[in-house]
Amino acid sequence: MNRLPITKTPKCLVGGAFIRSESGRVYPLQDSSGEFFANIPLCTRKDLRNAVEAAAKAFSSWSARSAYNRGQILYRLAEMIEPRAEELVRAIMTTQPDRPAAESEVQTAIDRIVHYAGWTDKYGPLLGSVNPVASSHFNFTVTEPMGIVGIIAPEESSLLGLLSMILPAITSGNAVVALTSHARPYSSILLGEMLAVSDLPAGVVNILTGARADILPTMATHEHIRAVYACVGKAGRTEIQKGCAESVKRTVFLDEEKTIDWHSESAQGLDKIRSFVESKTVWHPIGN
Amino acid sequence: MPAKRPNNPARELLFGDLWEFDPAPETADPNIAPRYQLFINGKFTAPKSKKYFDSISPRNEAKVSEIAHAGDSDVNAAFEAATAAFPKWSKTPGAERGKYLYRIARLLQDRAREFAVAETIDGGKPIRESRDFDLPMSAAHFFYHAGWADKLDCAMPGRRLEPLGVAGQIIPWNFPLLMMAWKIAPALATGNTVVIKPAETTSVTAMKFASILQDAALPPGVVNIVTGARETGAAIVGHPAAAKIAFTGSTAVGKWIQRELAGSDKRLTLELGGKAANIVFEDAPIDQAVEGIVNGIFFNQGHVCCAGARLLVQESIASEILHKLKLRMRHLRVGDPLDKNTDIGAINSLAQLQKIRDLVQGGIRQGAEIFQTECRLPKKGFYFAPTLFSGVSSSHRIAQEEIFGPVLSILTFRTPEEAIEKANNTPYGLSAGVWTDKGSRILKMSAELKAGVVWANTYNKFDPASPFGGFKESGFGREGGKQGLLDYAKLA
Amino acid sequence: MKSGNPLSLRKLVCKVGSVDEVGLGERVAKYSTRSLKKESKIFALRLAASMVDLTTLEGKDTPGKVAALCLKALHPHAGASVPCAAAVCVYPSMVRHAKPILRGTKVKIASVATAFPSGQAPLATRLAEVRAAVGDGADEIDMVINRGAFLAGELNLVQDEISAVREACGKSALKVILETSELETGDNIRAASFLAMQVLREGDFIKTSTGKTAANATLANNQIMLDAIRDHYFATGVEIAMKPAGGIRTAKQAVTFLIAVKETLGDRWLNNTRYRFGASALLNDLARQLMKEKTGRYQAPYTFSEASGSY
Repeated sequence: MNRLPITKTPKCLVGGAFIRSESGRVYPLQDSSGEFFANIPLCTRKDLRNAVEAAAKAFSSWSARSAYNRGQILYRLAEMIEPRAEELVRAIMTTQPDRPAAESEVQTAIDRIVHYAGWTDKYGPLLGSVNPVASSHFNFTVTEPMGIVGIIAPEESSLLGLLSMILPAITSGNAVVALTSHARPYSSILLGEMLAVSDLPAGVVNILTGARADILPTMATHEHIRAVYACVGKAGRTEIQKGCAESVKRTVFLDEEKTIDWHSESAQGLDKIRSFVESKTVWHPIGN
Repeated sequence: MPAKRPNNPARELLFGDLWEFDPAPETADPNIAPRYQLFINGKFTAPKSKKYFDSISPRNEAKVSEIAHAGDSDVNAAFEAATAAFPKWSKTPGAERGKYLYRIARLLQDRAREFAVAETIDGGKPIRESRDFDLPMSAAHFFYHAGWADKLDCAMPGRRLEPLGVAGQIIPWNFPLLMMAWKIAPALATGNTVVIKPAETTSVTAMKFASILQDAALPPGVVNIVTGARETGAAIVGHPAAAKIAFTGSTAVGKWIQRELAGSDKRLTLELGGKAANIVFEDAPIDQAVEGIVNGIFFNQGHVCCAGARLLVQESIASEILHKLKLRMRHLRVGDPLDKNTDIGAINSLAQLQKIRDLVQGGIRQGAEIFQTECRLPKKGFYFAPTLFSGVSSSHRIAQEEIFGPVLSILTFRTPEEAIEKANNTPYGLSAGVWTDKGSRILKMSAELKAGVVWANTYNKFDPASPFGGFKESGFGREGGKQGLLDYAKLA
Repeated sequence: MKSGNPLSLRKLVCKVGSVDEVGLGERVAKYSTRSLKKESKIFALRLAASMVDLTTLEGKDTPGKVAALCLKALHPHAGASVPCAAAVCVYPSMVRHAKPILRGTKVKIASVATAFPSGQAPLATRLAEVRAAVGDGADEIDMVINRGAFLAGELNLVQDEISAVREACGKSALKVILETSELETGDNIRAASFLAMQVLREGDFIKTSTGKTAANATLANNQIMLDAIRDHYFATGVEIAMKPAGGIRTAKQAVTFLIAVKETLGDRWLNNTRYRFGASALLNDLARQLMKEKTGRYQAPYTFSEASGSY
């Protein structure tokens, strides 16, 4: 007699804990052959609120860590995921059965983590400056993380796309609340499970699943979120920008209606980090 | 810990009339025309709207000039000119573009006094400031950005900066010419063309500046200046040809612009309001701190978005600071801004004066203790005596709202953590001040303060090489430095 | 502060407060932008003239030179109504030559003493010099502080010496030269001001410089000392007077210094019992500017007798 395998109940990651939506609602996810795969939490605005609170708690200590320490933690994440790559490949394949594509996506994702691990102690001097002012003052500009960044991940690339958006934000010390792909959430959920056991402090990355219509308006208007990074269409951009205006939130958009090459070099780098830091300029007199 | 220096109230210094200064009016000719047209495609152009409005001098309420009121079709013409000029201007070699900016800087320096007088007459700021600050700093911004024009490959490692297109720019009335320089110089250096609107009450130096652009032989259409009120600004914000909007002004209008641009994919930078905390620790150099507090709030009548409007004093020195502040305020000469000895000039408009009066009345009603210097204010014109409120709590309206006038609120704190908590207790985050002799504390405080500019043991300092701009609801984007440059370019 | 209670410079700076030189520079730069016209300018020029300690401090000083200086102090310029100077300032050996000319006039005799300008002589020698000058008729004594002791941190010694000189002065007023250029920092100048003021009497002076070093009175060190005088006044009620010396050569400079006094200490310090200029060439320029105001014509320098200034 064949043993009946244990199926997993997918959960979201909030403040380091695996949660189901406070609403108790779920939506069914089918695999690529159309079979029922699992029930995915349908998160609500209250789940988002809780995630923001978890992110806020994590932000102060994460942003206060040394750049070196953040780099080590990110590299450790890559180390942890590498031996579990096959798990991620199979997670992607539940909805996208192209194995070579899934393998390539996972490899790029791991390499991207390593890429940003190396940035933590280098973006500062490249984006900051010592400014030669005309008066007798020492004047320098440093960067600081903004705080909590809200992310709307692309529908297409649940693992690489999501990670490519999370990494530049957390590299500089931001905390993140991300909504995954609605149609292909499972690799994101698995990524959450890996983040939870990594050295990344609880709450630095929070991953919600569900419908954009439930999350997006609240993410745009929540005043504690200081920036929104969204891969959405024109209607989404309009809605987010309008909501963000209420608290003068920073917005960075990727156009979902265009094809994004997530494997490209240009999908990572210094300019992405720059989008989620503030410049702070300090003046001090030079004198006896 | 510094010993308390008790101030015996019986010991008063005598600041009487033994030696009064005679009037010392600045007499240089401002060369203000009776009527100004729009500046579109390199030419002064009458508005298709055929409408004009009066510019009033806040120093005596006299009419200064008539200003064209640009309607939608005028704004459209300006954008057409800017769009037509863009291909050639953006492909002009950086070194050549830079030379135009150098020329503009020099021409501004040549006519600095004339412009300073015009700025003072039109806007009400003291001639000492327009002469010693606004004009030199405006020229410096062009000079600084001129040098960037051929070095755009060096601002961001591994990337090349490319222009965005036509930048629509809207500037406020507190530093009319200087804000124009802040906006135009980086836009041109990066190869953009410009449609800019000065504030309704302060258009004169903008239109005078147009003549400098002509003298510099800047190609037609590269900079277009449209004057008008809020509708004109709205037409710029809404114009489909704008690749970027840059706005300096109130947070309310900034939010409106951000909403308006939703879904448009136009770039946006906002430099909005503030309610800066100026934090004084007991080990600060007291006399310089007092000077910094005064400069922080009374510079330009307090019409400064980064004004140090909330003074946070460590409790142990609160009475000494208050005493010295009052003493210092007695030497602030309030009056005709054209007088070379005037420290505090006219409030920019009647509407602004009314707003300041309302907020001050509110402060009195909420129970804060008011102190105003005794000064004879001119009978005509818009003036407001330097004011400070003590006994203010964080919840008072005067401690929360931007007053944009010569009004200081004093609060106290006991520990650094409390100071940071109070300083950050605001939706704004433009600037902050810290005064202490302890170096490590300065670095700690500046790291904790949520503000884009932190002045340590100084206040209200500006430089084209130094990026300026806010956190939180004080806006986003920077002006000045390489950071400011990046906000006018896309990366290739 | 009690003598015998060892006082370190750091403790003193902590107690009296520090100075930020850049902020100070910005404050005093504003004085220079004040613009004086008409009556307010004439008032300032005349006031400045009445505050001059007309000075000659040279190895080649002779009784004849000092006599000429005294006459100049009494009658600065024939054509313009220039008030007489506040005092002449000479070496101790010259006091007895000035006395017969100035006795009974408003012009006082000031004498530098205490091994001017270095102060590097035994205390007994310095005190003897003070007593001799006072004995010869000096109304005012300009002493130098022991900068070596100050910089070595022997603050009690510095203060005790000032007390001793003050005793030796008797009824003559004392001016304590800090020699700001050798103290170098704003913190030091402020601390030294308090160190001196704490043992001075109302109407005694603190003074910037000997005029014998590279840097002399500046608007900045003048301001540090005016601020200190103000703070001392509020703490004690004692009005200490101020004398910048050296480097103030033009009327415009002097007027700017007076604006600093007006805006820091107010009207009660705008007279020659509370403020002086240690200068020589200055008096000529003041007379020249007053003549210009009177006649409306710019004046050539050669119509104004050149006082042989040591500073």
